[in-house]
Amino acid sequence: MAGGTLTSTEYIQHHLVNLTYGQLPAGYERDNGEILEASAWTMAHNAQEAADMGFMAIHVDTMFWSIFLGGLFLWLFKKVADGVTTGVPSGAQNFVEMIVDFVDENVKSIFHHKNVWIAPLGLTVFVWIFLQNLMDLVPVDWIPELAKAMGIHYMKVVPTTDVNATAGMALGVFLMILYYSIKAKGFRGFAAELTLQPLPPWFLPFNLFLEVVSLLSKPIALALRLFGNMYAGEMVFILISLLPFYLQWTMSVPWALFHILIITLQAFIFMILTVVYLAMAHDHH
Amino acid sequence: MNINLTLFAQLISFAIFVWICRKYVWPPIVEAMQARQKEIADGLNAAERAQNDLRLAQDSAADKLREAKQEAAGIIEQANKRASQIVDEAKEQARVEGERIKEAAQAEIDQEYNRAREDLRAKVSKLAVVGAEKILQSSVDQGAHQQMLDKVAAEL
Repeated sequence: MAGGTLTSTEYIQHHLVNLTYGQLPAGYERDNGEILEASAWTMAHNAQEAADMGFMAIHVDTMFWSIFLGGLFLWLFKKVADGVTTGVPSGAQNFVEMIVDFVDENVKSIFHHKNVWIAPLGLTVFVWIFLQNLMDLVPVDWIPELAKAMGIHYMKVVPTTDVNATAGMALGVFLMILYYSIKAKGFRGFAAELTLQPLPPWFLPFNLFLEVVSLLSKPIALALRLFGNMYAGEMVFILISLLPFYLQWTMSVPWALFHILIITLQAFIFMILTVVYLAMAHDHH
Repeated sequence: MNINLTLFAQLISFAIFVWICRKYVWPPIVEAMQARQKEIADGLNAAERAQNDLRLAQDSAADKLREAKQEAAGIIEQANKRASQIVDEAKEQARVEGERIKEAAQAEIDQEYNRAREDLRAKVSKLAVVGAEKILQSSVDQGAHQQMLDKVAAEL
């Protein structure tokens, strides 16, 4: 348990605050009593400040870890791609090919249209989300304590426990759904799909309402499913770390083992649903 | 759980990662895998073809062997036939030759016999003349009795 002076509530709350850089409005009173004369971009000192920054703020820790892990993924795969051989593959190539083949098989079984972007998209989604989820298996206090030693007071290391990260990806998928719906069916075709079914045309408003809800539910479901699973998992790890240190392993080990399944499954589900939604966007009804 | 600019920052990094993956990571790996798949398929095909060729070669070898055996059997049979033919011819020749020799010997014997008979006849007629002379105690008139003597000699 980190920081003996913290209460359990403070400890948990501390773990749930992102390292936030954002704009505080003019006249804002900071936690050290300083009153801002003009609006200013600054690091949030606590959860309240982060919340008060509103929309004009960015989670530095989420961005750092997600870009670092995305870069790690691309670097690793690019390295293999550069040294790729059609002969007998070596260890790293085997590993990469296994993942690529796995994604490719899944995409081929779901997506029957011709689109060269879908399979690489699926691979990126799967591996990137998996790596981001994997950060959950790093003991909860290691990296935050290290950051604290370096003078950084807030550090959430699992980007997928930040709803902004999952929603950002889901938003990307949503934009692709809109783009490919219009590209495949034309604007009129897409509009017709939203209004003329499932009920006959004289139920148009009802149809529109139904179809828009169903359309919007796709990215929201994607974002919240991943976020909810990872947030809950992270929370359980935080709660376990409140136990006396000699008892923690009795809970953290089984939970971590179970969590290996969850993080893989969630990455897989996000990928599969992304492909399914894009396949639906290409389909004519 | 504050919604803020991170959402869009994440959207942008997501788009960039997907783009890089599509441009630089996915194609070489998938192409290599497809190339390997093709190589393996080709290799299997070649192996199958080779096996086929082998089977065909074995079949044709067996055929050739059978043909050769038949030919050899034919040759042996022909040779046997020829041999017996030669033997038969030789036998025939020998028989003809024997016949010829026999005939020649017969002719010689006949000739010899005739000559001996003529000889004997001459000698007997002479002996008869001498014997008659001795019996008659006088010489027979050669001139007068020649005809008679010849008649006697012809009767011998």
